[in-house]
Amino acid sequence: MSDTAGAATQGEHHAHEDHHGPQGLLKYIWSTDHKMIGMQYMFTGMFMAVIGGFMAYVFRMQLAFPGMNVPGFGQVSPGEYNALVTNHGTIMIFWVAMPVLIAAFGNFLIPLMIGADDMVFPRINRLSFQIFFLSAVILLASLFVQGGGFGGAWTAYPPLSAVAEYNQTNLGSSMWLIAVALEFVAFLLGGINFITTLMNSRAPGMKAYDIPLVAWMIVIASILFMLSVGPLIAGAVMLLFDQTLGTGFYDPARGGDPILWQHLFWFFGHPEVYVVLLPAIGVTIEIIATFARKKVFGYKLMLYTTVATGVLSFFVWAHHQFIAGIDPRMANIFTITTLLISVPIAELCFVIIATLYGGSIRLTTPMLWALAFMAEFLIGGVTGIFLGASGADIFFHDTYFVLAHFHYTFFPIAIIGTFAAFTYWFPKMFGKMMNDTLGKIHFWGTVIPFNFIFIPLFILGLGGQHRRIYNYQHFPELAGADMYVLRQIATIALLVMLAFQLVFFFNCIKSWMSGEKAGRNPWKSNTLEWTTESPPPHGNWPVDEMPNVYRGPYEYAHPDREEDYWPQNEPN
Amino acid sequence: MIERYLAQMSTYAGSIDGLILLVAVLVGFWFFAAEGMLFWLVWKFRERPGQKSQYLTGTEHHIKRWITWPHALVLVCDVFIVIGSIRVWNEVKQTLPEPDSTIRIIGQQWAWTFQHPGPDNELDTPDDIFTVDALHIEVEKVYHFKLESRDVLHSFSVPVFRIKQDALPGRSITGWFEATMTGEHDIQCAEICGIGHGVMAARIFIEDAGQHAAWVAANSNSTTP
Amino acid sequence: MKPIATTRSATGIPTGRLAIWWVLASEVVIFGGLLGSYLMHRLGHPEWANAAAHTNVWFGATNTFVLLTSSFTAVLAHQAAEAGNGKKAAGLLLMTMGGALTFLVIKSIEWTNEIMHGYTITANGFWSFYYTAAGLHGLHVIAGAIVMGFIAFDAYRGRELQRVELIGIYWHFVDVVWIFLFPLLYIAK
Ligand code: HEA
Ligand code: HEA
Ligand code: CUA
Ligand SMILES: [Cu+2]
Repeated sequence: MSDTAGAATQGEHHAHEDHHGPQGLLKYIWSTDHKMIGMQYMFTGMFMAVIGGFMAYVFRMQLAFPGMNVPGFGQVSPGEYNALVTNHGTIMIFWVAMPVLIAAFGNFLIPLMIGADDMVFPRINRLSFQIFFLSAVILLASLFVQGGGFGGAWTAYPPLSAVAEYNQTNLGSSMWLIAVALEFVAFLLGGINFITTLMNSRAPGMKAYDIPLVAWMIVIASILFMLSVGPLIAGAVMLLFDQTLGTGFYDPARGGDPILWQHLFWFFGHPEVYVVLLPAIGVTIEIIATFARKKVFGYKLMLYTTVATGVLSFFVWAHHQFIAGIDPRMANIFTITTLLISVPIAELCFVIIATLYGGSIRLTTPMLWALAFMAEFLIGGVTGIFLGASGADIFFHDTYFVLAHFHYTFFPIAIIGTFAAFTYWFPKMFGKMMNDTLGKIHFWGTVIPFNFIFIPLFILGLGGQHRRIYNYQHFPELAGADMYVLRQIATIALLVMLAFQLVFFFNCIKSWMSGEKAGRNPWKSNTLEWTTESPPPHGNWPVDEMPNVYRGPYEYAHPDREEDYWPQNEPN
Repeated sequence: MIERYLAQMSTYAGSIDGLILLVAVLVGFWFFAAEGMLFWLVWKFRERPGQKSQYLTGTEHHIKRWITWPHALVLVCDVFIVIGSIRVWNEVKQTLPEPDSTIRIIGQQWAWTFQHPGPDNELDTPDDIFTVDALHIEVEKVYHFKLESRDVLHSFSVPVFRIKQDALPGRSITGWFEATMTGEHDIQCAEICGIGHGVMAARIFIEDAGQHAAWVAANSNSTTP
Repeated sequence: MKPIATTRSATGIPTGRLAIWWVLASEVVIFGGLLGSYLMHRLGHPEWANAAAHTNVWFGATNTFVLLTSSFTAVLAHQAAEAGNGKKAAGLLLMTMGGALTFLVIKSIEWTNEIMHGYTITANGFWSFYYTAAGLHGLHVIAGAIVMGFIAFDAYRGRELQRVELIGIYWHFVDVVWIFLFPLLYIAK
């Protein structure tokens, strides 16, 4: 496959010209092209990641050096602290992890990977981004309204979230809720697009088991999202009415029930963690297959396991509520289901590890990120078992042990997995190779400090430190000097990590401006996105060169072939 | 494991710590096995010039068992963890031993009110002792607590006891504990309850019989705050 | 020119129909969550039956009839569109929209009445659920009617006739939701 083949087809692009629509800057804003929408999601997500990271910086400084004037922010009041933590959590999950891993890569990759020229509903796709963008604006605006941003935690348990008198952020809490609800609507629209595109627009010859796993994972995640979020949308409407109209859906004094919200929230909340996990697993397996030059170990096994995980995830939600006042007998049932889910997830991990067996492993930057995802996620996964055991959760609930558990899952997913995907597909997205040395500096400068942030937090959790407390001086047992040392290690590690992000941004700009040309298929990968130009033109392929598919996506090192890869679109 | 960081001061603290140790051993084994395998494979199968990787589909029986066996064994580990967990849960949350005394704990933004039964050891009688942010109990006595909230959710947590329970408005939730040692320790509010969540601290004073009797005698005239 | 992606059908099911079923799947869980919550509360509060006694079964029943009729004209519109008769389909869609309008008018008379009697959304738990569930349903009626207008406009010119079927499927769903709401809110005393 040579680069020059692209030049000969330049003329073909005119065929597409007539649905280009608006010109100039508007061309980017009003584009219906899936790649452009993917980019919009990605840069919005990146921007929000910087904001979420900045918030983490501010409150970690406050935790390590209470009462200090945080450079770039100033004094942190208790109300501000709560708002920062709440919005950090909300942003990182709903405006970073989901838009980047699902919406950005889903938009960019699904049509390319299945050999289509766009999504099946390009205009709904654009609408989805616009609603998403609006939701981000509302969320950010909520931080600056009178009373400040919402500070009742990302889980927004009523009555605190429902009654202005209690949370003292009348406007902030409603805006937060509306922003989250709009974000859900955006992802429902996007999800319908992903699902139907994958179902209907595959290239001729592409059967269900020829679809690259990452596309499957994103679509299964979208289905999971769609089937779990509904009750919470209804719940959010009820909460909004409680806030604004004064109804009493969650007010026990008026026949309501605060626990109802917790059920609706976690019925969504737990599947949601797999919604973000699955795309990251997909990215990892894709990268590992490419750089180990190996067929994925048990493609179908992986797919079925994922579906099993999805189904099981609907039956574990109450493990977040063991001590919330639910019937204690329910805890036993949910302990069983929660522990059961370790089986399919363990299987996913084992499959990824087993894929390495017999490979020929090249440690490029994307591969390092993918391997780091696996290594670090295992820590997050196994610590979930401590929490799933109801007896142990009596102690662990709402301690920093929980916090460290889920940062050891979320960080590998939303940051490490994202960097893996970003560095892997960067050549395709921008047509240039990224600088590998800078990439590796950034990699080590992110992953090593990451462990130094959150290992100390595990220990603090074991010492009984609870979450969402802006200053531990009121708790004599938590105010000891050794505890502060741990908190300071975490904060300093964060500062180091943030500094290394500059390397990443520098690398992006440098590679984008003056990087080596990538060519169509720099990694010698099999999947269809690598068969077109980098970056792909509008329409992805010339109209008369739309790919046909002849085999599965992971035929690396096939014994019958000289070359160690076998693109999906190459006739036998 | 935890007792290195936090004293065990209730009758069930040992059971909870034991369960945590059980989980640590079982998942620790798998964790190190998986990490070890990962790093070993990366090293063993690193790229060597001129060497092609192997073509394995993962459906070959002799290879697949490397997945199916561990996966069955994980399930076995799960069974042990579930049994251990349910036993501890039963001990702490599902059984209520006969109380020697009953107290009421009321959370509100942002303080704890404790209602002690007073000299007659009966709750809701005129001689009850009310305190704010200070709970006085006697060592080696079974206490029932009735947990309530006046506004939002709070959570009553005594780390050295390993006990934690959310307080809900409109409900009264009963739980129990029995201290094994005297001392003075933190009570935390473990559920975000607004701006003052971080200052909703209280202390628990675990006294021996003599001290406790003296405290009761000295305070039995106090009135509702 | 439409993207090639929109013209493919690997499953054999037209993409539009596939999408509308997924939309409905997500709608089912939204209403499922709401009605599930309502049922749990209702079982826990037998006294809500007193409040429910003040709903007007006649208004509810008439609206049920109106919606069923409009669903019927939607079916006829689909048939006309199948037969390629865009003008007729558009006319029938207009009748369906008329049904939607009737439904909303009856609803607003009913609500005005109830609110005047002091049964507002904050009166008690039952009324909160009553207005929320019926209101959410009402929003679906309004949204459906608006989209239907655009589709009728296109159909009249003989364009995008396949969409007549899609809006019909959606309309049946709106109808079915009402069939659940009516007994749960009005009849169960
Ligand atoms: C993407 C994120 C993500 C992921 C993947 C997970 C995965 C898991 N989580 Fe986690 N969790 C969160 C995000 C996530 N979680 C968040 C955000 C919270 C807190 C929310 C809040 O309160 O703010 C939370 C909180 C949370 C709690 C509630 C704690 C509390 O508040 O009291 C529990 C309790 O059961 C739990 C359990 C689990 C389990 C059992 C898994 C399992 O899926 C893990 C399975 C994986 C493995 C087990 C590893 C691989 C297996 C092996 C190596 C084999 C060996 C294993 C055995 C022998 C069992 N999590
Ligand atoms: C995806 C989820 C996610 C991520 C990534 C993070 C990242 C971090 N979190 Fe966060 N956190 C949460 C989700 C997440 N968190 C949630 C849900 C809560 C609970 C909130 C609540 O209680 O209500 C929480 C709470 C929370 C607390 C508890 C506060 C408290 O309870 O009092 C703390 C304390 O240290 C903390 C710290 C950090 C730190 C230091 C990071 C650092 O790792 C951050 C570093 C960030 C970066 C370095 C950004 C790098 C990214 C880019 C540069 C962009 C790349 C983008 C592309 C390539 C497209 N977090
Ligand atoms: Cu009370 Cu937190
Ligand atoms: Cu969970």
